[in-house]
Amino acid sequence: METKVVTLHINGRTHQVALPPNRTLLQVLRDLGYTDVKNGCEKGDCGACAVLLNGKPVNSCLVLAWQADGAEIVTNAGLGDQAHPHVIQEAFADAGAIQCGYCTPGMIVSAKALLDRNPHPTDDEIREAISGNLCRCTGYVKIVEAIKLAAERMAAAKEGR
Amino acid sequence: MGLYKSKYTAKPLPPVDLPELRVVGKPLRRVDALAKAVGKTVYAGDFSMPGMLHAKVFRSTVPSARIKRLDVSKARALPGVACVLTAEDLPDGKLVTDIPGQTGQKIRKGSVTSVLARDRVRFVGDPIALVAAETLEIAEKALELIEIEYEELPGVFDPLEAMKPGAPIVYEPDNIVARWRIRKGDVRAGMAEADLIIENTYRVPFVEHAYLEPEAGVAWVDERGVINIRVSTQVVEHFRSIAKAVGVPQNKIRTIGTMVGGGFGGKEDITVEIFLALLAKHTQRPVKLVYTREESMMSQSKRHPFVITHRTGVKRNGRIVAAEIDLVADSGAYPYLSPYVLLYAVVMATGPYRIPNVRVDGVAVATNNPFTSAFRGFGGPQAAFAYEQQMDAIAEALGMDPMEVRRINYLRTGDTNATGQVIESATWLEETATRALEALGEKEPDRGSVKIGRGVASYFQSYGRITWLHDTSRAWVGVELDGTVVVRSGVPDLGAGQVNSLAQIAAEVLGVPLEQVTVYSTDSALTPLAGTSTATRQLYMSGNATYQAASAVRKVLLDRASKYFEEDPEDLDIAEGRIFVKHDPDQSISLAEMAQICAAEGLPLSNLALFRAPFTDPLDPENLRGRVFPDFTFGAQAVEVAVDTETGEVTVLKSVACHDVGRAINRAAVEGQIEGGSSQGLGYALLEEYIVEEGIPKTVTLSEYLIPTSMDFPPTKAIVLESGSGKGPFGAKGIGEPSLTPAAPAVANAVADAIGLRIHELPITPEKVLEALRKAER
Repeated sequence: METKVVTLHINGRTHQVALPPNRTLLQVLRDLGYTDVKNGCEKGDCGACAVLLNGKPVNSCLVLAWQADGAEIVTNAGLGDQAHPHVIQEAFADAGAIQCGYCTPGMIVSAKALLDRNPHPTDDEIREAISGNLCRCTGYVKIVEAIKLAAERMAAAKEGR
Repeated sequence: MGLYKSKYTAKPLPPVDLPELRVVGKPLRRVDALAKAVGKTVYAGDFSMPGMLHAKVFRSTVPSARIKRLDVSKARALPGVACVLTAEDLPDGKLVTDIPGQTGQKIRKGSVTSVLARDRVRFVGDPIALVAAETLEIAEKALELIEIEYEELPGVFDPLEAMKPGAPIVYEPDNIVARWRIRKGDVRAGMAEADLIIENTYRVPFVEHAYLEPEAGVAWVDERGVINIRVSTQVVEHFRSIAKAVGVPQNKIRTIGTMVGGGFGGKEDITVEIFLALLAKHTQRPVKLVYTREESMMSQSKRHPFVITHRTGVKRNGRIVAAEIDLVADSGAYPYLSPYVLLYAVVMATGPYRIPNVRVDGVAVATNNPFTSAFRGFGGPQAAFAYEQQMDAIAEALGMDPMEVRRINYLRTGDTNATGQVIESATWLEETATRALEALGEKEPDRGSVKIGRGVASYFQSYGRITWLHDTSRAWVGVELDGTVVVRSGVPDLGAGQVNSLAQIAAEVLGVPLEQVTVYSTDSALTPLAGTSTATRQLYMSGNATYQAASAVRKVLLDRASKYFEEDPEDLDIAEGRIFVKHDPDQSISLAEMAQICAAEGLPLSNLALFRAPFTDPLDPENLRGRVFPDFTFGAQAVEVAVDTETGEVTVLKSVACHDVGRAINRAAVEGQIEGGSSQGLGYALLEEYIVEEGIPKTVTLSEYLIPTSMDFPPTKAIVLESGSGKGPFGAKGIGEPSLTPAAPAVANAVADAIGLRIHELPITPEKVLEALRKAER
């Protein structure tokens, strides 16, 4: 199969990879070692593989890697690490929003996209924003609380409180 | 219309004396939370190794057939294919699909099958051949090159049909997989005494676990010749069954469990392990196998469909005097855990009620449907859907309040259940049910064709394994020379916080902050075996083992400190990493310094403890009399629903669950179990059905099989009560499975309360509601 060299900017690193046209962004991300991007269905049904593509949340299983040529990609692990977690990541841990953790990276990506465009979401807006991310453990209760907590903490930090 | 009163007042709690604790009970951030939040946690499918092969499984596409011809030569010849295995390559490849045992119980008939089908397939998804190749793409291509011809055989897809004479036999000698019976008192006399006999039949469907992480693992042979399997599993003790199936000694298989991306019983049976071990053994290279979502849903176990008939004799005053209950479970194509799921359903079939005269008959039946096995609740939710609707049906027939009928019949501490087991712990049934109902607040009024209803369901559900399985668990606890703590225990963590609970218990006993505990878990070779993360047993079993081991280390430290301070050990305590004199806290020494003193004197700073559940002998299956479980959890859920009588749609408006958890080890984690269990239970009530038509699964993606999204249900409010009466550490009971059980019957009761018609079958879809309304009109 014909291949093309695709340039991907992922979490601040640049990769150039020769890829056939049928490779999904999810497959390429995981092959490159970004295993925080989870494979839950490869059909766009579960949201576990969500990443930010040029700032917009997408299911990476539904994006062909060729389509992402030149794009800025941020995965959940690109938002923070254990020493310096992102405020949303920390809120998820603090609120008890994580059980098995398999949906968490995609969930946090959706939360990040929401809070970027709407820093003070209502419960309904939060529930809508994460409606493409399935979670089988939590019943979403503490996930919604975590996103509210993150919004509060971000607002407090902005006001210098 | 409406069975329920508009308001209930909670019964006061009995007085309980719970000691104040420093770490246990607090809603602390779980030790595994931050790594999961930042995507650092490595799951089974995330591992790769140098030179690793990729595996795929070739499976049956027909539900019942003889394999006439299987030709893998083209697949073997494909460049890049390292290995293709069929039953021909595995003369001894037997898989025991029986309970994962640490103690080698008697194996039931039909439980032994081939790892790969040799001449017969029994369900869509039966594994036939394994492929390992240099890339996943080549492995997928190789599957397409495998040639197979089937001679299709008549199948049987309904357990009631499968019991009839002349039905196709799924495996010899007949389709009866298991039977359990209970005979208590004199049912005939009891029924004769009854003023009213109420009979109903309830049905529940196949349900899919739908954990977000499909089954996955990596295996390799190491320099010792040991086959290592890094896998997402609820049971590392499967290494014994894997060794048998692969034909190597038990000490040549090592199972390393990863953090599990959701299990719910679906990773309780062996999944990828034997396939991986065989391929690694044959190729002597690392091999990775990850199921696709469709493969996971098509080929792995399901929750048992049941048909349950209740015939209940009651007095006018609401007292139940006799119950006859018949249960039929669809076991699918292989037994797996069906005998035990059926046992749970049979033992819990009466619900948490005192009934003097009982007959229960349960049967699990083989069909050519997907095989059924463990799923959170393990027969309990199916039983509860029937017995709790039956309670409301009784109330309706008697013209009584449903809570009043329950109150009259609830089990109390010291009573015996249907098998004659004495209930030893607190039975806060009325306390939990009235709290759940009270917390619903004011009932909304009907809105024209939209009718509002309320329902409650109480339940009892065992925690800990069947006592004749002689369950044990081990934990090792040690203090390092800087005062930090290490726990080693084989527990698999399914995401419920199993590892964190052990850390909180060790931190409490040894008086250190939670951050100072490191837990190593889930390695069949290097961590003491802790048994299965199933049956709501880990907090009870491994929690107690950890408590014992930590207490032994604490005793060493305090005995030595007693000499140091010249005070009795009882007058000393440990907190925040310091040992101090209780009546004079200024007299203190750090745990690190005391550990160094102990080490210099050769005192043991670690302990390996073994916790044993009560051991009993197996009961007579013809009449179960005696203890079956260590103990039970009690609780209730109440919901308010809106039923649109024009569309049939049921909307949950409010949901409150109240459980006596004995003692909460981590309050946030307990709430998480209750909220998440409720979500699965509400999905069971209204959304979820794994549809199988003539043995062909029809719902093998997450767009066809619907689990709750964030938009489907309101949050379930969790009310956590602590009687301190459980058999776990600090009086804890188990909550993992019980949290799911009451949701579906509460919804069914609320629907009946709203429209005056009872839906006897899950899920309660708009079609079923409209059908019931249409029938009532006629």
